[in-house]
Amino acid sequence: MSKYTEEQLEEELKTQEYKYGFYTDIESDTFPVGLNEDVVRAISKKKNEPEWMTEWRLEAFRVWEQMEEPEWANVHYEKPKFQDIAYYSAPKQKPKLNSLDEVDPELLDTFKRLGISIDEQKKLANVAVDIVMDSVSVATTFKKTLGEKGIIFMPISEAIQEHPELVKKYLGTVVPTSDNFYAALNSAVFSDGSFCYIPKGVKCPMELSTYFRINEGGTGQFERTLVVADKGSYVSYLEGCTAPMRDENQLHAAVVELIAMDDAEIKYSTVQNWYPGNKEGKGGVYNFVTKRGLCENNAKISWTQVETGSAVTWKYPSCILKGNNSVGEFYSIAVTNNFQQADTGTKMIHLGKNTKSTIISKGISAGKSQNSYRGLVQINSRAENARNFSQCDSLLMGNECGAHTFPYIETKNKSAQIEHEATTSKIGEDQLFYCNQRGIDTEKAIALIVNGFSKEVLNKLPMEFAVEAQKLLEISLEGSVG
Amino acid sequence: MLKIENLQAEIDGKAILKGLNIEVKAGEVHAIMGPNGAGKSTLASVIAGKEEYEVTGGNIELNGEDISELAPEERAHNGVFLSFQYPVEIPGVSVTNFIKTAINETRKAKGLEDMPAKDMLKMIREKSELLEIDRKFLGRSLNEGFSGGEKKRNEIFQMAMLEPKLAILDETDSGLDIDALRIVANGVNKLKSKDNAVIVITHYQRLLDYIVPDFVHVLHDGKIVKTGDASLALELEAKGYDWIKQELV
Ligand SMILES: Nc1ncnc2c1ncn2[C@@H]1O[C@H](COP(=O)(O)OP(=O)(O)O)[C@@H](O)[C@H]1O
Ligand SMILES: [Mg+2]
Repeated sequence: MSKYTEEQLEEELKTQEYKYGFYTDIESDTFPVGLNEDVVRAISKKKNEPEWMTEWRLEAFRVWEQMEEPEWANVHYEKPKFQDIAYYSAPKQKPKLNSLDEVDPELLDTFKRLGISIDEQKKLANVAVDIVMDSVSVATTFKKTLGEKGIIFMPISEAIQEHPELVKKYLGTVVPTSDNFYAALNSAVFSDGSFCYIPKGVKCPMELSTYFRINEGGTGQFERTLVVADKGSYVSYLEGCTAPMRDENQLHAAVVELIAMDDAEIKYSTVQNWYPGNKEGKGGVYNFVTKRGLCENNAKISWTQVETGSAVTWKYPSCILKGNNSVGEFYSIAVTNNFQQADTGTKMIHLGKNTKSTIISKGISAGKSQNSYRGLVQINSRAENARNFSQCDSLLMGNECGAHTFPYIETKNKSAQIEHEATTSKIGEDQLFYCNQRGIDTEKAIALIVNGFSKEVLNKLPMEFAVEAQKLLEISLEGSVG
Repeated sequence: MLKIENLQAEIDGKAILKGLNIEVKAGEVHAIMGPNGAGKSTLASVIAGKEEYEVTGGNIELNGEDISELAPEERAHNGVFLSFQYPVEIPGVSVTNFIKTAINETRKAKGLEDMPAKDMLKMIREKSELLEIDRKFLGRSLNEGFSGGEKKRNEIFQMAMLEPKLAILDETDSGLDIDALRIVANGVNKLKSKDNAVIVITHYQRLLDYIVPDFVHVLHDGKIVKTGDASLALELEAKGYDWIKQELV
C-alpha cells in the first residue's frame, strides 16, 4: 500500500470513470428531440447492445405508441410533451468544481444539516475530491468481498454485455413492457441503472447501494433496476440519497424489478429527494415510477421508502406473492409540502397459499400540497389463508393541504383475513405549546412530532440511513407552520 | 422571582383575567385555589406564554425582567415550568426522547453542548427513582394511553429533570390516588430549595397537607380576592367558595 503513489491512484480513478461510461465523444452525445423507432435503435446501438436487446426495446416502443398516459391518479400537472424530449444523452460530466466554495451555499447548508461528511459533500456537489485513501480502499474492498461471494452488482448496461443470459432471462418478467405507459417508455429508452444477482444461499454481507456510484455516472431520467435473489439468498439494497438531487430533466420514469426465488429475501429501501419545485410550485421533477417484486415459495420482499422530493410523484411499489407462504411488506413515509403532489401506495397480489402482507403508510402533508395513498390488496381464489394488515395514517399541517386514502380490497377467497386501519390527525396548537413550554421551539417540535408519527417506518430503514432520513424529514417541513 | 401586576388577559374577545396581582419570592410555595372557571389555568398559560391568550394589560416579571414579550420556549429556557392540567399525547415519541430533546434544546439556547449521554442516564435513573417511576414507562409514547395518574407523575418527572426556577403545578393532584399523591408531593418537596419557587393550583386541601404552602390565594372571576396562610385552605375546605363570594358582595 505504501507503494501506491498519487499517480497510480489518479490513474485508477480515471479507469474507473471510463468503466462506468463517461463518453467523451461529445459530437454524438445527444440525439435530436423526439422518439421513433430510429431513435430507439440508435440508443441501443450507442450502447453496443446485442440484437435481442434492441428488439426488446423496439417491441416496448411499439406498445408504448399505442398507449395513453394514465389519468386516474389524484395529481394535476401539465403533461410532458414526449416528442420534445431528447431521449439519449450520455451521462453528462457535470462541470468539475475546484473547491466547496464554488458550490451553491444553499446546497451546502442542506448538506451540513443532513450531517453529510465533507468528503461526501464534495462528492455529491461534484467537487474534485482530494485524494481520499479511504473511499478508494472502501470501494475496492467492497468489490472484492462481493466478487468472492459470486455476487454481481454492476450497471445494467454492463450486465447486458457481461451477463446477457441473466439479464435476458429476467428483464421484463415482473414488469412486462406493456405494463403501463411509463414502464413501456422506460423499456424502450432506458438509459442505465443497476443489476444485482445474489447466488443461491448467499447472504449479501453489506448493504448494496447505488450511493457508491453516485458520482460515477448519472443514470439519467429513465433508470432501470433489476435485482435477482436466487434460492435462499438475502440482500438489502439502498436506493437514492438524502442529499437534494437537482436535475434539469423534468420527467423521470424508472422501473425496478425484484425477483425473490424460493426462501430468498430482498429488502429494498429508497430515499427519494428529487427537486420538488420552488415555494410557488414552479419547476420540480415529475417522478413516475414502476416498482414491483415477485416472491416465490417462502420468499419475502420488503419495500421501505421515504419520499420527500419531486413536484409530482406517482409510485406504487408492489409485491406479487406467487409462492406459498410468501411475505410482502410495504413501509412508506411520503411528505408533501408547498405545492407538491404525491399519489403513492402499493399493490399486494396474493396468489399463493398462506401468503401474508403488511402495509404501513404514513402521509405527511403541509403547505398547499396533496398527499394520496392508493393501495390494492387482491386475494385470488387459490390463495387459501391469505392475510393482510394495512394501516394508513395521515398527518396534516395547516388547513390548506389535503390527505386522501383510496384503499381497494378485492377478495376471491373466503378464508382471507384482511384488516385495514386509517387515521388522520393534525399537529395541534396544544401539542406545539406543550413542546414549547418544555423549551422546544416550534420547528423542532414539528420535527419531533413528525418523527414520532413516522417511527414505525423509520425503524425499518438501515441504521445509518434512518438517521439521515430523520433529518431529511425535518428539513423538508421547514417553514411549514407559522 | 415572579411579580405580576394588574394582569389582564382575554381569549376570543372574552376577558378572563381582570387585574390580577401576585408576588412569589424564591424559596416560597404559593397555592392558588378557586372555583371552576375562575381563570386558574388561564393564569398558568399566560405566565407560560400561550399565544392564544391576549394580554391586554399589566405586566409579568421574572427575576426583574419583563417576560411578556418572550416566546413560550424562551420563558421555559428562563426557568418557567408548567405541569399541565391536561398533558397532551405525542404518539411515537418516547418519554425519554422527549425529555432528552427538552433538556438539550434548553442547553442549546444557553450556548451549551448536548448533555453527555452518561450524565443524562444518571439523572434519569435518579429522578425516576425519586418518583418511583418504572423503567418501562420511560420507553412508552408520551402520554399515549397513560392513566390520569401516570400523566401527572410524568409531568413531575419532567419537572425534576428540567430543574426549573418557577414551577406551576396545575391541578397535579387530580387523577392521583392517595399513594401516588404522596409520591408526587414528596418529589416536589425534595426538589424545593431556597432558589426556586412553586405555585400549586388546586381545588382541594388534600395536596396541601403534603406540600405546605406559605401563602394561599383565592382566585375568583379573574382576580385574587383573598390571600392568607395555610389555614385559609382549611377554612375554604370547610366553608366552600360561596363564603368568599358572599364576602365580596
Ligand atoms: N380557549 C378558550 N376559549 C374560550 N374560553 C376559554 C378558553 N379557555 C378558557 N376559557 C374560559 O375562561 C374561563 C377560565 O377558564 P380556566 O382558566 O380554565 O379556569 P379554571 O382553571 O380556574 O377552572 C372559563 O370561563 C373558560 O370557559
Ligand atoms: Mg383549570
